[in-house]
Amino acid sequence: MSALVSLEGLSVRYPRSTTPALEAVTMSVAQGEKLAIIGESGSGKSTLARALVDLLPRGSRCDGTITWQGGSPAPGRDYGYVFQDPGSSFDPILSIGAQMVEVLQTHFPLTRHDARVRAAALLARVQIPAPELALDAYPHQFSGGQKQRIAIAIAIATGPKLLIADEPTSALDTVVQAEIVALLQELVESDAMTLLFITHDIALASGLADRIAVFRNARLVEIGTANEIITAPRRSYTRGLVAAHLDLTTPVLIGDVP
Amino acid sequence: MKRAWRLLLRRSLTSIPVLMLVITGTFLLLENASGDAADAYLVAIGGGDAGYVADLRAEYGLDRSVWVRLWFYISNLAQLDLGQSVALNRPILDVILERLPVTLWLMGSAVALSFVFGSLLGVLAGARPGSATDRTLSIGSLALYSVPSFWLGLVLSVVFAVQLRWFPVSGIETIASGKTGLARAGDIALHLVLPVASLAMLYLALFLRLMRAGMAEVWRQDFVLAARARGIKHHKIILQHIARNALLPLITMLGLQAAGMLGGSVVIEGVFGIPGFGRLAAEAVSGRDAPLLMGVILTSSILVILVNLAVDMVYALLDPRVGASDPA
Amino acid sequence: MNFVARFIRSPEGIAGLVLLSLLAAAALLAPVFFPGDPLAIEGRPLLRPFEHPGLPLGTDRLGRDVMAELFHGARASMIVGISAAAVAILVGALVGTLAGFGGGLIDEALMRVVEAFQIVPGFLLALAFVSVVGPSLTVVVIAIALGSWTGPARLARAEVLSIRERDFVAAARVIGMHPLEIAVKEVLPLALPPVMALTSVIVAGAVLTEAALSFLGLGDPNIVTWGSMIAEGRNVLRSAAYLSIVPGLGLVALVLGVYLFGEGLVEALARREGQG
Ligand SMILES: Nc1ncnc2c1ncn2[C@@H]1O[C@H](COP(=O)(O)OP(=O)(O)O)[C@@H](O)[C@H]1O
Ligand SMILES: [Mg+2]
Repeated sequence: MSALVSLEGLSVRYPRSTTPALEAVTMSVAQGEKLAIIGESGSGKSTLARALVDLLPRGSRCDGTITWQGGSPAPGRDYGYVFQDPGSSFDPILSIGAQMVEVLQTHFPLTRHDARVRAAALLARVQIPAPELALDAYPHQFSGGQKQRIAIAIAIATGPKLLIADEPTSALDTVVQAEIVALLQELVESDAMTLLFITHDIALASGLADRIAVFRNARLVEIGTANEIITAPRRSYTRGLVAAHLDLTTPVLIGDVP
Repeated sequence: MKRAWRLLLRRSLTSIPVLMLVITGTFLLLENASGDAADAYLVAIGGGDAGYVADLRAEYGLDRSVWVRLWFYISNLAQLDLGQSVALNRPILDVILERLPVTLWLMGSAVALSFVFGSLLGVLAGARPGSATDRTLSIGSLALYSVPSFWLGLVLSVVFAVQLRWFPVSGIETIASGKTGLARAGDIALHLVLPVASLAMLYLALFLRLMRAGMAEVWRQDFVLAARARGIKHHKIILQHIARNALLPLITMLGLQAAGMLGGSVVIEGVFGIPGFGRLAAEAVSGRDAPLLMGVILTSSILVILVNLAVDMVYALLDPRVGASDPA
Repeated sequence: MNFVARFIRSPEGIAGLVLLSLLAAAALLAPVFFPGDPLAIEGRPLLRPFEHPGLPLGTDRLGRDVMAELFHGARASMIVGISAAAVAILVGALVGTLAGFGGGLIDEALMRVVEAFQIVPGFLLALAFVSVVGPSLTVVVIAIALGSWTGPARLARAEVLSIRERDFVAAARVIGMHPLEIAVKEVLPLALPPVMALTSVIVAGAVLTEAALSFLGLGDPNIVTWGSMIAEGRNVLRSAAYLSIVPGLGLVALVLGVYLFGEGLVEALARREGQG
């Protein structure tokens, strides 16, 4: 397995902040794998994802090296990014169609009409009912789950090789969560994308991912295959996480998510 | 579109009681003017005997109670009769309609110019919050915003009209120039340059500051990050998304400032000797012409309501979220 | 870091403080430096600045000491600005509190009144009020406040609507306090601070309105104001434009000082929130 991207000694400090948000992280993301990043809130998961694709706020300090196979990725073309809060990943005053057309026209030489046709097909792919009508609707007219589907449609619009999903289901209720995860899984597999899936839910991670990286207090605690992390965690922090989860839900972790 | 019309209907209905309050309040206030319309008229024509005064009072309805007169006023109003100006001895509505266009031109051009340039400069400042450009524009606009427009008018006229003689000192057109058509329009435009500039500076500063503050606000929103992650070009993010969203508060401000602009036209028209609607208010005060002042206040209130209705419509068209929660 | 220290770190705030201190000193010391009536004739009319040692800025068209007028004008502007803002904020906060706390019909009625005041151009209202009642300092203050109390009223109402749901209000009801007493004693003090944030804008607006009124000859005729000086200077605009320009600069300095000072306060407050 070749590495899509590898990090060496990556440290990140936000502007005007005294403590690093990420410290000396060394790891890699393999081509075509599904990697879950888990850790509690504030442990640096989002920072890792944003640092990888150069989306940190202006003035942040980033030390260490990030090596991409084939050079640093172009936003929107080489990777798709799905954010935690689907409500705030759209411009509130532009129609869904306008926002999708804008993205498509940024990356492909398409006429407006062709871009709209392609946008409708993408919406159909993420199972938005009546895609043609949905194009003319505005973000606030959709439910949270539907907005997240649309965000995913935009993220995969250019057929990127990497999909980053930063807690894409944390803002949604359980039923919708499962649907979104299933959709992501299906898309990643059929398009052979690499998936970087961020979550604080160890069960979700173990059901979805090939490998899991555990973060705590800005540091990488450990990284291994999902099986290793769940059945034979090396670090006491990870053992604690797994045990806490076992206490709450008795059935086996692996395979308990569709 | 349906959403916008529904909004329009509801807003116009709620403004009726408010307008009634304005009429009643203004009427009662001006009722208390020392010396009434009959006195003013007598002064204007140079006095008269007691019998004539009584007749005059009866003619103006001044021998009746306040409430009866208010009722007369409102029922006349319903027939678009604002009464007779005492000082000018003409129907008030005619006078107002004659004076209004100049003022609307003056304010319309000032608003249009300040809106366009203010928001453009605001985009420039807000494109990089905290940059040198941002700080310069921000301090400069605050200083400009502190300048009284009538004083700015005087300074501009000293420099550009008196010293440099680029523009006429006062008036709305060259008297008895015999100009017609385009030449006359050009002449009027030349007369309007300085008054428009003095009014526009203030609003330019206001719109610039609002735009800048609005953009700083939008920058912090998550959808900007999402747009970056989707590969949208930096300048397109600024123009299509951030500036567009930041424009919404400016539209609201247009409505909020309508009243202030009408008030401001009083002094500016005074400074530049423009025979407009604002000057009419000053003339009504100096001529102790209560009915005329009443008419001016009433007309400006209606104008403010109309501007706000228009602003609400535009806002509803630009922001799909407005009125969306209404039952269809 | 305390509030003063945070304020001092804001360059805008410092600039505003310096401007305001200088102008306040001028206003306070006006009767000391220029004890006589500033409207009294002190010399030949239209003496140029620096021409006469006792009259550093010369005299106006009627031979009055321009320097003395400027100092006394600062006084008038500051008194009117501060008093009008105080009246507007107090009345506004009171009306807003009553509307928000009273709710129902009271709220509806009071808010309609607020709207009525908002659609009448404040300057026209002030014009009408002064022309009816007659120009004096108090009348001018009231006239200006008439046009600027609606902002505080709306803001206070919004604040009160959120405050009245809190526990201590319910507790006060339970122990049998009169609603009016709860509104004024318990709710108003909490609603006031956010309303105070409007102070700088209202003071600045009041100073400018006062200037415009006296420019039109509707100020108190017995005191010197910068607005009336500008109007007076207009008569000799071609030969002695500085007579209009200098008092205008005073206005700019005062209004700018108020805005800058206000910005400094806002920044200092924001910084505390940012660190908290
Ligand atoms: N824009 C920012 N500015 C300053 N600090 C930030 C910013 N974003 C996150 N942080 C801080 O960085 C740390 C890591 O945050 P984050 O990567 O968002 O954690 P996670 O995604 O695991 O919840 C936290 O302590 C957080 O407070
Ligand atoms: Mg996060």
